[in-house]
Amino acid sequence: MSFFGFHYRLERKAIGLTLGIICAASIGGLVEIAPLFTIHQTVEDAPDMRVYTPLELAGRNIYIREGCYACHSQMIRTLRDEVDRYGPYSLAVESKYDHPMLWGSKRTGPDLARIGEKYSDPWHVEHLNNPRDVVPVSVMPAYGWLLTTELRTDDLGLHLKAQRAVGVPYTDDMIANAAADAYAQSNPDSPLADGVTKRYGKATTMRAFDGNPSHLTEMDALVAYLQILGRLTDAAHKTIAQGGAEQ
Amino acid sequence: MGVEQQDRDSYTGYLTTGHEWGGGLKELNTPVPRVLYFFLTLAFLFSVGYWVLMPAWPLGVTYTKGLLGIDQRKLVAASLHEAALERSVWSRRIETEDFAEIQSDPGLMNVVRETGRTLFGNNCAACHGVDAKGGPGFPNLTTTSWLWGGKPEEIFNTIRVGVNSAHPDTHVSQMPAFGHDQMLARQDVLKVASFVYSLSHPDAKDIDPARVEPGKALFAANCVACHGSDAKGNPEVGAPNLTDRYWIYGGDFDTIDTTVWGGRQGHMPTWEDRLSKLDRKILTLYVVDKRMVGP
Repeated sequence: MSFFGFHYRLERKAIGLTLGIICAASIGGLVEIAPLFTIHQTVEDAPDMRVYTPLELAGRNIYIREGCYACHSQMIRTLRDEVDRYGPYSLAVESKYDHPMLWGSKRTGPDLARIGEKYSDPWHVEHLNNPRDVVPVSVMPAYGWLLTTELRTDDLGLHLKAQRAVGVPYTDDMIANAAADAYAQSNPDSPLADGVTKRYGKATTMRAFDGNPSHLTEMDALVAYLQILGRLTDAAHKTIAQGGAEQ
Repeated sequence: MGVEQQDRDSYTGYLTTGHEWGGGLKELNTPVPRVLYFFLTLAFLFSVGYWVLMPAWPLGVTYTKGLLGIDQRKLVAASLHEAALERSVWSRRIETEDFAEIQSDPGLMNVVRETGRTLFGNNCAACHGVDAKGGPGFPNLTTTSWLWGGKPEEIFNTIRVGVNSAHPDTHVSQMPAFGHDQMLARQDVLKVASFVYSLSHPDAKDIDPARVEPGKALFAANCVACHGSDAKGNPEVGAPNLTDRYWIYGGDFDTIDTTVWGGRQGHMPTWEDRLSKLDRKILTLYVVDKRMVGP
């Protein structure tokens, strides 16, 4: 029988055909799944990597809820124009605590992977409230209600717990104090503020992100999240300083 | 199930599967066109070549690197290096020469205008606007009125450290909330605001003249430390000139009243970590140049 006749013969043998289908279909799965078994060795090391604070995580949830990822990517590719415009290209380790990752695949707006601390809090607040106020040509929708909607904090501990279940190293202490930490991060004069520094490190940004320390709004959370983007670790800056050498 | 007899369909001339489904219904077994096998083989051979030449298969903790040794990180590093070399014709001169020297060289200033436009658009325009004219809360950079000094060296330093930023040497400035924090009574706030309004609107008819004179005394007691006795501001502390026609938050009476009542604190990020010294120098020259051609 010729090469072209092979399939006719296979089709007539139920077990043979089944085995053939399993073989062919598993190749795609293997190529995608097998590398995950060694992901701990293949992703760069970043000892300075810190986790999202409860307020930043709440902001991240709002980012997902409002569908920001549909128009903004968080992934700077290894291309000259992107590095020139946005900064060091993204490393895998920077998304280590992103569940789910928000790399995105479409840029109606600019990439946000290095937006943290690029602009001031008041700018973010004005821009989210009505983008046209600061960027006249913007096509971004306005998110004015963020300023007036109180942030829900009673379930923040559960969000941290869920993140821990998929591998983010939140401690019991962090989970127990999630709501208080979210409040204190946007109110640095509060007596609870020391707890945030103790649990999340001195470098944690503690400010009234929406300009008003007495109310914890969704704006606080989203701006806190935007201001930490690209700043959980310095690994990307170090890699590019070494000329992109292999890890 | 035996192999059925080969059975050729008389209408199309192709073989059928040989099975009769009933009522004379048979299924054609049209062969896949040979050209499809040709392209399938071609694509397969290409992929084999690609696996050999390019990074392809994961192997536990490493991967097949490919004979060409292509690495995207090295490629982008090389391309950035190449770009820096291309720019070095003028970048070295901008880095080393002082501001006056660069400003007097039309060739270099053309580079500044071209490169500065992109840098400004990417980094500064979000707040200060594409035309550098700012907006409520974000200073207009095309005027002669500068909060922290308008000399190139001063602007260069402001870009480096920012205002109320995270930089250790940041410019620090805050206008107190005189009304909100109960340093002045409501009526006194109105008086000060009236006086401040009258400075830039000497012929104004829409304010109560009875408030202006007591406002002047209150201004002398509370505001001159930063804004100066002549109210012309002080670039040492980032206090704006209140006598000109340029306003950051707005120069109408209501906005001045709001400012005195609630205070103001502007924020400008530090650019020392984000932009190279060369980039910051180009931006300095770019905004100074904008101001020269501005109104």
